[in-house]
Amino acid sequence: MGELVTFYLAAGAMILSALAVIWAKSPVYSLLSLLVTMCCLAVLFVLLGAVFLAALQLLIYAGAILVLFLFVFMLLKLDPATIARARQCAGRWPALLLGGWLLFQLGWILRAVLARGASAQAPVSGTIATVGGAIFHAALLPFELTSLLILAAIIGAVALAQRKHE
Amino acid sequence: MMVPLNHYLIASAVLFVIGLVGVVSRRNALMILLAIELLFNAANLSFVAFARQWGDVHGQVFAFFVITVAAAEVTVGLAIAILLFRGLKSLDAHDASFMKW
Repeated sequence: MGELVTFYLAAGAMILSALAVIWAKSPVYSLLSLLVTMCCLAVLFVLLGAVFLAALQLLIYAGAILVLFLFVFMLLKLDPATIARARQCAGRWPALLLGGWLLFQLGWILRAVLARGASAQAPVSGTIATVGGAIFHAALLPFELTSLLILAAIIGAVALAQRKHE
Repeated sequence: MMVPLNHYLIASAVLFVIGLVGVVSRRNALMILLAIELLFNAANLSFVAFARQWGDVHGQVFAFFVITVAAAEVTVGLAIAILLFRGLKSLDAHDASFMKW
């Protein structure tokens, strides 16, 4: 029972803060709402038994990615006019229409999938030992390739940011 | 009592749709990047929920890789946003139309 209540609280807060991300007036408010979304998602991960991923979610998303966004917001010195224009939406109604249509389709698929009666297996504990074991056995090659991806991203970011503007 | 799978899938679908509406409707490049983060996280929630459903830890491994790719994407995306702002003095995606033919 407590698990269900926790789920509804976390999921409700997650969806409300996600709405705040896309409707907030200022980019900084959007960013802070995204922080709340990430924390709620970490709670959901803990409920799902993925404690390692929950920690990663907080460390990487809340700790690294959002701080990176915040740095860029400060670096760009967004003046009030820019922020006011950021509020403008390109096409609110087409976007909402598209979103509603996608939600309908996803609901349709979910209903079809869940009607087949998925039986729950024994829950798996996502501790560092189990996830790390899977990473270093079954997913060793993708894991090593990840370092290549990150290296490429670092070089790309540095090269892009250093380019002199004519 | 365990929360059933469909609750998580519905939450994930709603989060994905919110992110999609954000990507399509916002004009600021940074807002679009933030909304893309929502999309990544919606997918992650599905992965982890299915990992529990099937008792297989590999769903969580996949979510781990998604987080890594998201970090790389944000790094390059923000560098491009800085470059755009330097060149155009604006972050409006509609101003960055020089690649349009």
